[in-house]
Amino acid sequence: MTSPLLQIEDVTIQFGGLKAVSDFSFCINEHELVGLIGPNGAGKTTVFNLITGVYKPTAGKILFAGKSVLRHRPYKITARGIARTFQNIRLFTSLTVFDNVRTACNMHLRHGISHALLRGPKVMREEREVEESVMELLNLFGLASVSDELCKNLPYGDQRRLEIVRALATRPKLLLLDEPAAGMNPTEKIELMKLIRFTQEKFGLAVLLVEHDMRVVMGICERIAVLDYGRKIAEGTPGEIRANPEVISAYLGKDANQ
Amino acid sequence: MRPAKTKTILLLTLIGCAIVSFVLSGGASPQIPALNPYYYDILVGIGINIILAVGLNLVNGYTGQFSLGHAGFMAVGAYASSWLTLTWGYTLGTGGIGTTTLFVLALIAGGLGAALAGLAVGVPSLRLKGDYLAIVTLGFNEIIKGIIQNCEPLGAQRGLGGMVQHTTIFWAFAFASVTVFVVLNLVESTYGRGFLAVRDDEIAAEAMGINTTKYKVLAFVIGAFFAGIAGGLYAHFKQFIHPEGFNFLRSVDIVVMVILGGMGSTVGVCFAAVILTILPELLRYVSHLSTLPEWLRHIAENRMILYSLLLILLMLTRPQGLFGGSAAGRTSRSQ
Repeated sequence: MTSPLLQIEDVTIQFGGLKAVSDFSFCINEHELVGLIGPNGAGKTTVFNLITGVYKPTAGKILFAGKSVLRHRPYKITARGIARTFQNIRLFTSLTVFDNVRTACNMHLRHGISHALLRGPKVMREEREVEESVMELLNLFGLASVSDELCKNLPYGDQRRLEIVRALATRPKLLLLDEPAAGMNPTEKIELMKLIRFTQEKFGLAVLLVEHDMRVVMGICERIAVLDYGRKIAEGTPGEIRANPEVISAYLGKDANQ
Repeated sequence: MRPAKTKTILLLTLIGCAIVSFVLSGGASPQIPALNPYYYDILVGIGINIILAVGLNLVNGYTGQFSLGHAGFMAVGAYASSWLTLTWGYTLGTGGIGTTTLFVLALIAGGLGAALAGLAVGVPSLRLKGDYLAIVTLGFNEIIKGIIQNCEPLGAQRGLGGMVQHTTIFWAFAFASVTVFVVLNLVESTYGRGFLAVRDDEIAAEAMGINTTKYKVLAFVIGAFFAGIAGGLYAHFKQFIHPEGFNFLRSVDIVVMVILGGMGSTVGVCFAAVILTILPELLRYVSHLSTLPEWLRHIAENRMILYSLLLILLMLTRPQGLFGGSAAGRTSRSQ
């Protein structure tokens, strides 16, 4: 068996006296769609921030494609193939839709600053390549018609979609989605589920989905891990998780008679 | 695209100013015969201020970092280039191609010196944000001033004088054109989008694979380089420099130009540099107009208060600056 794409081993992070995540172990295989759920404050976003290098774990290991990602700045981790979206949309608000996506291609460019100043043929060729691939992505996700809009003028659902497109422009192997369904109505959520599925299949990605909405998670994830107070309390298929008494009590509280 | 057009016009205007002044002054001579030396002084000041403001705009406007020590880099450039021309100038004699070459080389060396200072300050301090970065750069400004004040070979508290007046309107506007050209091209490039991304959301930029530290330091170093050039031009125009001429207030002057022009708008910042160089002098002129009623002249006499009031008024009515707004973020595409 090949080693998993992302391997998290006994990761703990402590903020002062609070253990936000403790002894968390988890792995994601290539082309797998995995969910991470848990009640508010369970540590889901913290796990994201650990994987992407925003936080450094107090203890434990995180391996991506067999190599440690610890002690790397976030931009280097992105360059290795992990892209993410944010729980609260973080687009580049003064840039157009097109430029938001184009900026994410910056790290693939090979020309130096002197080339950029003189706008030689090498720069122009690279720029054209980037523009084509950006337009292709925008077309694929139905955002081509608004490509010259400032992204802050986009409706909420489109902004969420744009965040995913921007993350894809970094050409990741693993895509981390942080509560993409937050603030969406049921119809939008169904659209989103289709979109995530489509993205994962089209680009052959592994996807880690953090989500509150059970219908979304249960509907598309192959495997789900459940966090509560920073600890993993369950892992399994959607069916197993739905029937797991610990998960139910974490979400709904324990029955007073038990 | 419209913004691209205004930028081309701006660049052509600056180059035009340089060429016209070159022709009028008959090439090398520093003065234009028909021009009042007072106006000449203001015009050179405009060129120098454009260089300073456009360079700072790269840091404060496009990259969203708040630097408050631009005059410090100006001082590095002014003293470095003056020291070079003072040391090597005599061996070449006055006039002729040799001294001009030396002057330009000294300016560039001054710029590089300032860029080096920018690198030294930028690498450790650019992990700070907002007010904190402002304080650190302000501190750097004071440190540079303090070092010069205590450095005997640079004239210490007495100031440094005796430089030949190499700077002409031509040189001021030639370098202003270069600055505007470089900054405009940089901002329109992939690097420019990186700067804007860092300004808009540093965390997101980092998550999109952008080395935010590299981009911030780059903007800072380029800004410092042009401040050094401007300092060299200033020194070889006034022929006398004093540490107090590069104090905190000078830095604030440049920041005001950037804010007034509109953060992240090169065209706006150039306009602000022109207006803010002329305005104090214009108010001085008004206060001496005998055709005006007495009370109006009295008001104009307090020109510094009036100047400040105008700034406050402008910020209240147009907080985004004269040319600030959404156009600042739009960059062109090749097709």
